[in-house]
Order: sequence, then structure tokens, then C-alpha cells
Amino acid sequence: MKAVCWYGTHDLRVENVPDPSLINPRDAILKITATAICGSDLHLYDGYIPTLQRGDILGHEFMGEVVEVGSGVTNLTVGDRIVVPFPIACGSCFQCGLTLFSTCENSNPNAYLAEKLWGRSPAGIFGYSHLVGGYAGGQAEYVRVPFADVGHFKVPDGMTDEQALFLSDILPTGYMGAEACNIQPGDTVAVWGCGPVGLFAIVSAHALGAERVIAIDRFPERLRLARQHGGAITLDYEEVDVLEALNELTGGRGPDACIDAVGLEAHVPGLAGAYDKAKQLAMLQTEHPGALRQAIMACRNGGTVSVPGVYGGLADKFPIGAIVNRSLTIKSGQTHVHKYMEPLAEMVQDGRIDPTFIITHRMHLDDAPEGYRIFRNKQDECVKVVMRPH
Amino acid sequence: MALEHIDRHGRPGTQQGFADIRQERLAHGLGWFGLTLGAAQLVAPKGLGRMIGVGDRPLLMRAMGAREVLSGLGVLGSRHPGLWLGARVGGDMLDMALLVAALSSAANRRVRIGLALAAVAGVAALDLLSSQQVASHPKARLRERPRAGTVPVRVDLVVNKDPDTCYRFWRDFANFPRFMRHVQDVKVLDERRSHWTLSAPAGRSVQWDAEIVEDVPGERIAWKAGPRAAIPNAGVVRFEPATGGRGTIIRVRIHYRPPGGELGSMVAHVFGEAPELQARHDLRRFKQVLETGEVPTTAGQSSGRRTAVARLMKKVST
Repeated sequence: MKAVCWYGTHDLRVENVPDPSLINPRDAILKITATAICGSDLHLYDGYIPTLQRGDILGHEFMGEVVEVGSGVTNLTVGDRIVVPFPIACGSCFQCGLTLFSTCENSNPNAYLAEKLWGRSPAGIFGYSHLVGGYAGGQAEYVRVPFADVGHFKVPDGMTDEQALFLSDILPTGYMGAEACNIQPGDTVAVWGCGPVGLFAIVSAHALGAERVIAIDRFPERLRLARQHGGAITLDYEEVDVLEALNELTGGRGPDACIDAVGLEAHVPGLAGAYDKAKQLAMLQTEHPGALRQAIMACRNGGTVSVPGVYGGLADKFPIGAIVNRSLTIKSGQTHVHKYMEPLAEMVQDGRIDPTFIITHRMHLDDAPEGYRIFRNKQDECVKVVMRPH
Repeated sequence: MALEHIDRHGRPGTQQGFADIRQERLAHGLGWFGLTLGAAQLVAPKGLGRMIGVGDRPLLMRAMGAREVLSGLGVLGSRHPGLWLGARVGGDMLDMALLVAALSSAANRRVRIGLALAAVAGVAALDLLSSQQVASHPKARLRERPRAGTVPVRVDLVVNKDPDTCYRFWRDFANFPRFMRHVQDVKVLDERRSHWTLSAPAGRSVQWDAEIVEDVPGERIAWKAGPRAAIPNAGVVRFEPATGGRGTIIRVRIHYRPPGGELGSMVAHVFGEAPELQARHDLRRFKQVLETGEVPTTAGQSSGRRTAVARLMKKVST
């Protein structure tokens, strides 16, 4: 089959690789009908996530048709159309019992590696480095889905691939980011980053009752989507001083909740950005946390800073003093997708959320390297790339 | 049995456990004291005689030294340290009798002999205390202590099942090949004995008989390898209910003695370069099998062309 393989920073190739086969009883094999490039895939593309190996198959946003089912899977049959959550979860450990599926205790075969970096291991993730299991991803014609009995959502008839695909990651991720803000009537929520996750966080914040959502980015097309589809007030951080603008909008009090939907590759203008970049190049930090710093500094006293953006290691100049002295709450986590797929699918079906508005590019899997390149460089007003392998 | 403290080696223990450790320390201290004093008596009987003021009686001094060495070895190495501590008390009495005799015949060295008497009396008191402590313990703890030259392995992991389920899965040794990477086969011979086959490099195998020495359903299983095992080993696994009914904390303690030479490299293979990491992997697989019914893996999945180094690493690791 064909698959998108990682061979180094900015070196992806669509290779012919062996078809996947059932390995464990609870596996299923999926024929991919649609797969997407996630913003977090760009961290792999840009070489920020360690422990990738040449030949690794990428991709953790995918859906398709079940073509083979292991003996331990009783709730799937060949022909079922399913979406698969990006974290792999066993469904029976203590953490899964708490519905914290992305922290499953059993699904990462390389737990010892993750324990070295993070203290304890989270769940395994499709196509996202060997730290989180080294599972082959779904930017391919077929994929093996471990614990398929727990990790699927059956797509109802009448729901299109494009409506269902983002249940695998970004829609639940944006939603969980907003849900973590414990939004109260009258709240103002500020969202850093108007990529797919940021846009879904904006939509979700409104759905959860925020009175006002402020969106921060620098790309006009993304700010336009935030206004048109998210009903947000938008700030271009290259044109205004974000902290000043937020003060003005909130009478100096600050947003009740701040969402960092940017993550470890934040673009920070000016001296602070140069400082972060230098420290990162010198390997003194693994992230540049510019958006996160700003979100913390901006947040109202006693407010919540929610971090759906991905970070992998250590950040420098983290304003812990502001968090402690201003009673801030920090909420984060890889998304517990399993828990959100069904309720969000309902919201998609009854029209409360239309996730398809973010799609800007549709292409064949063969063109994945090009898709990554334009998404990475935000060329051609690229916001979301959906690929079809068949 | 609540966990009340973690000692400086990271060993969890109970209050009772600490008392045991202190008692062991005293007994071992006395054993080593006997060895050292005995060696000095054997090597330099005249100098020692002058020091304690009993004069030049090298033959008697050496005899007493031999007795000290013997009882010291007994305390440290025997299966019944209590008996040997009792023997030490008897020896102390003899020492004191000899010193008292010397006191009456050597008036001018009374101060030195008196000091020696006081020292022996002090040691005798400790010997008596230690022998009583060890004797009062139904199972002499010193016996379970790892012998010199053994490698300890210590792993703890919480499993989301009740202690009884964990115990029963462990107690059925036929399950071991499912989670212990190097165990190929376990044949249960009878209620207590089983025969183990472990894989070794180059397609060979290591085998031994093991015996259950303690079996408390739902709580603990202790075993030791038979006397002729290629890799002498013994261990205990405890199944402790986690707080709030949140499953079971499984505590595994193994001691094994690595042999040298070719066999040594097999041991390195079986237990891994880092035995605790290896044991941790095994215990994690135990948890995975019990909780999920399988061991999550990526072995055998598809990928693009790997580098030569990656292919080699994979070959070595599987």
C-alpha cells in the first residue's frame, strides 16, 4: 500500500510499504477513506518531536471502512464506516475508567521512554513518534487500529466523510480546550491561534455560552474564518499590542479564560521571539512558548488558561509567579477523544457545528509532501488539508 | 499491612519491617565484630594479650579467636543465626571467666583487664539481646536476606483488578510466557514445584526447577529456584489492595546470583542489562494482559524503509 513516511525534517515521501495485518485480538484493519494533516504533524515535519525513525508512517486524523476484525472485537463488522480517535486507549485501565483516555496506562508499548521524559507515560498515539508508541499512522491506504473495540465511532448514514473526519482529533480538541474554561454566562474568552483547533475552540466557546470570543492570529484568511464562522472579535498581533488590546476590550480586567491553540512553535515577533529561537537552537529549551506566556499574562485574576496546543518538553521563562499570585488555573492534556466523539457528532448532525468550514485543500495522498509544505508555510491561504488515498 | 515509610534504598517497609531491619543490622554487626576480633586474636595473639593485660598466652588466645571467627561466620552465613548468637553468648561467658581468672593472678594489670571485662560484658549484653530478638521471630528473618553476591530486583506496579484476581493469575504459572519475555515454558510438577524453561542467546535455553516456599492466597507467593539452578534465584510477590479499592499494588522482590563466564552472558540476556527495567517491562505486560487481554505492541507493523542501524536494533531487541 501507499503511505506517507517520515525520513527527516521536511523530508516526507509517499512510499510503497507492506499492507498492515492484524497483530492482536482487539485490532481491526481500516481502509482509509479520508485523512488529514494536523497542525501537530507540522511539529514532526519541522523536527521538533524526538524519537521519530526514518520510515515511520505519519497521520493520526483518519477514518475509513473496516476490512478486517480481530477475534477480540465484537462490536465491529467488516464494512462498518468508522472514525478513530488519535490516542489509543484500552478502555479498562484506571485512567480509562476516569474517561481520561489520552492517559491510558496500557496502550504505549514504549512507556519506559515516555517515563524518562515526562515522568509517566501517556497513551499511545498513531503516527506520532516512538515516545508515544511508534504506531504506524493513518496517512496511508490502510491502517491497523489497536483496541479498535474501544477506539471507534460508527459514522451514521447521512454524515459525510468531511463532517465526520475531524471527530478524530481537532474538533474534540478545540471543544475540550473550551470546555476546560468552565465558561460562565457573560464570560469573555480569548483564543490564541486561529488554526483548525483554535477555530473549533472559538466555535465551542460560543456553544458553551461565552458572551464574547476574541481571536488572535496574523493571517487574514484565518482571522476572517474566526469572524465569519466563529463570530469572534479578531486581533492581528502584528498590528496591535495584544495585551493592550485585550485590556481595552475587557476594561483592564482581562479575559475570563485564555486558550493557547498555538503550541510549541509559536511565532513571536521581536526580541522575545529571537531570544526563544536562540535558546531553542542552543537546545536550552525545546519549545518557544510565546503564546502561552502571553495567555497567562493576559488572563483575568482567578481565570483559566487552557492549553490544547501541543508542547513536548521544557519551556523557559514560564511565568509561574503570575499563575500563583493571580490565582490562575492551568488546564491541559491531550484530548480524551473517545469521550467527545458521540456528543460532538450529535452537534454536527443537528447543525449546531459545521466542521467543514476549515477545509481549504483537498488532495490525493500522493501529494502529501506538497500538502505538508503549503500547510507549513501557510501558502495559498491553507488552513486544513484533507487527503484521499483511494 | 500498611506502608508507613520508604527506607533510604527506596524499599517500602512496615513498622515491623523496620524492626526487622534494625535487628538484622545488630546481628550482622555482631557477626562482623566476631570475625574481626577473632582474626586479630588469630593473627596477633601476643599483642592483643598485652593490650588487654592478660599476658602471653598465644595458644589460648588463638583458640578463643577461632571460636570468635566460627560464631561470627555462623551468625552471618547460617540458616539459624539465632543458635550462633546463643553460642556467642556462651563464648562471652567463657571470655569473662578467663578474664576474671587473669584478674586474680595479675594484680598489676587490673585496670586493663577491667576495661576488657567491661567491653566483653557489653558485647555479651548485645549478643544476648540479638539472640533473643532473632529467636523470638518465628521465621528467622536473616534467612530470607539476600546472601552476599546476589542482585536485588524490586518492582511495584498497580493493576486495576482485585488482589485475588491478580494472585490467581500469577499463581497459574502457565500464564508466565504471556508476560515474561524470556519464559518459554513452565511445567507445573506438583503443588509446590515447577519446571521453568527460559530462552537464552543463540536459540539455547536455561532451565531450572523452582519451589514455592510460601503461598498465601490473595496475598503473597514466595519461591526459590532449586539447589542446582543455573541461575540461583529467589523472590516474593505481594498483592496489596490499593487505596479506595483502586486495584492492587503488586510488589515483586527477586534476588538472583549472576554466575560468571558464558552463563553470565545468558543471565544478562535473561534479566537484561538493567534487571529492574527488564522486570518492570515484564510486570507491565502482566498488567496489560490482565487489564486488556493482550500485550500492546507494534512488532510486525508496516513501515517505510528503515535505516540499517534501525533494522539492526530491531533485530537485537526481538
